[in-house]
Amino acid sequence: MALKRKDILGLEEITREEIELILQTALSMKEILSRPIKKVPALRGRSIVTLFYEPSTRTRTSFEIAAKIMSADTSSIAPSTSSVVKGESLKDTILTLRAMRPDVFVIRHQASGAPHFVASLIPESVINAGDGMHEHPTQGLLDMMTILEKKGKLEGLTVAIVGDILHSRVARSNMWGLTKMGAKVRFVGPKTLIPPEADRLPVEVYTNIEEGLKDVDVINVLRIQLERMKKGLFPSLREYTHFFGITKKRLKLAKDDVIVLHPGPMNRGVEIMPDVADCEISMVTTQVTNGVAVRMALLYLLLGGTGDALAS
Amino acid sequence: MATQTPQVMDAEEIRRALTRIAHEIIERNKGAEKLGIIGIRRKGVPLAKRLAKLLNEIEHVRVPVGILDIGLYRDDILTHQPTVGQTDIPFDINDRTIILVDEVIYTGRTVRCALDALMDIGRPAAIQLAVLIDRGHRELPIRPDYVGKNIPTSRKELVDVQLKEIEGEDKVYIRKLDE
Repeated sequence: MALKRKDILGLEEITREEIELILQTALSMKEILSRPIKKVPALRGRSIVTLFYEPSTRTRTSFEIAAKIMSADTSSIAPSTSSVVKGESLKDTILTLRAMRPDVFVIRHQASGAPHFVASLIPESVINAGDGMHEHPTQGLLDMMTILEKKGKLEGLTVAIVGDILHSRVARSNMWGLTKMGAKVRFVGPKTLIPPEADRLPVEVYTNIEEGLKDVDVINVLRIQLERMKKGLFPSLREYTHFFGITKKRLKLAKDDVIVLHPGPMNRGVEIMPDVADCEISMVTTQVTNGVAVRMALLYLLLGGTGDALAS
Repeated sequence: MATQTPQVMDAEEIRRALTRIAHEIIERNKGAEKLGIIGIRRKGVPLAKRLAKLLNEIEHVRVPVGILDIGLYRDDILTHQPTVGQTDIPFDINDRTIILVDEVIYTGRTVRCALDALMDIGRPAAIQLAVLIDRGHRELPIRPDYVGKNIPTSRKELVDVQLKEIEGEDKVYIRKLDE
């Protein structure tokens, strides 16, 4: 089976079969990361542009490393040092870059839907690296890969996503991906940080952490953005930590073999305690490694042809 | 699509061919010490495991077996997107003689990919190639060291190797590719 789409814009529109293909390919790609020579010639001569309108360490680096391992060339555009500061629109920036003949655009933008707009403009592939509060599909895929590796399955698991769900594109991508794969998803957080449309989404909502963590297989902890406190969505960081911080004691509410995920960067001592972040069930660094494998898989599947070659 | 024609090898012939190859490997390498067997995914893998078992039976030496996926090394990724499987070589290939195993050699491009992939993983002392079928039509200067059976074919034909580990029975057919 081949990926039948030009772009990866979100997990809401992707099929279960496509997710399975991506995860299976990513699991195969991961072996390359353990080799002494981390280089395969698969995408030699292909060109990838990363265009990040928001700060990023791990996602941008992960895409660049993934592309380089696959022998593709990468160009990183930072809007702060580009013609964007002179007032160039997103459309003109894309059309200018497109004239340089890249094969894939990887875009992060503060506006939800920006990658979709770009994908509608050009025939080249577009990968959404995070758009506003909408989706972050590659994070969702790497989270699913991490769970699949540790648990051996996704079907039937219960995953609690804890924290600022309202503003989280990671939570939305996780929700769409995990529920498609047969997992149950819980949103756990203060009422002010739960999306108002949550009752129309395929999730269970918990505003009490003890109830929300009961018997879950996976806890996915979201970063609390400090500016949310200033907007009055919760009174103080201390209070948030008291009611929703993931502590060793609270882990006991979940299943014995629970694992903890965090998309990073972590606020240690706020949404996750340092002893949880650093314990053996914390998957934070595994997630980062799996992020490279997932992005290698996506670049390969988007840039490859279709059909199986005859044995030669 | 392809039309099936009578089989050219049955289970017994395949077993004898592999047994002979195992003996040739032992003779050429003066035993089976310092060997590693690597099957090219997909059908080279069960053949590699069978060869390792035969070497163990003949020489009482446990030869390690690995799996090599060459999907990412193909030169036709833009027109054909092979499914990428996992490479799993659970032993150090450095300074070992590697017996690379595939079911059919045709143009030689698959073997070229496999050589590139192996060189990225390590530096074997030597690489020898064992195939069940050599059907000719080489496009690269690659020649197998061990051949189960030479079967002259036309380019309009397909050699279909069926193995009991995958299809449930051992046999080799030549199929005519439909026009």
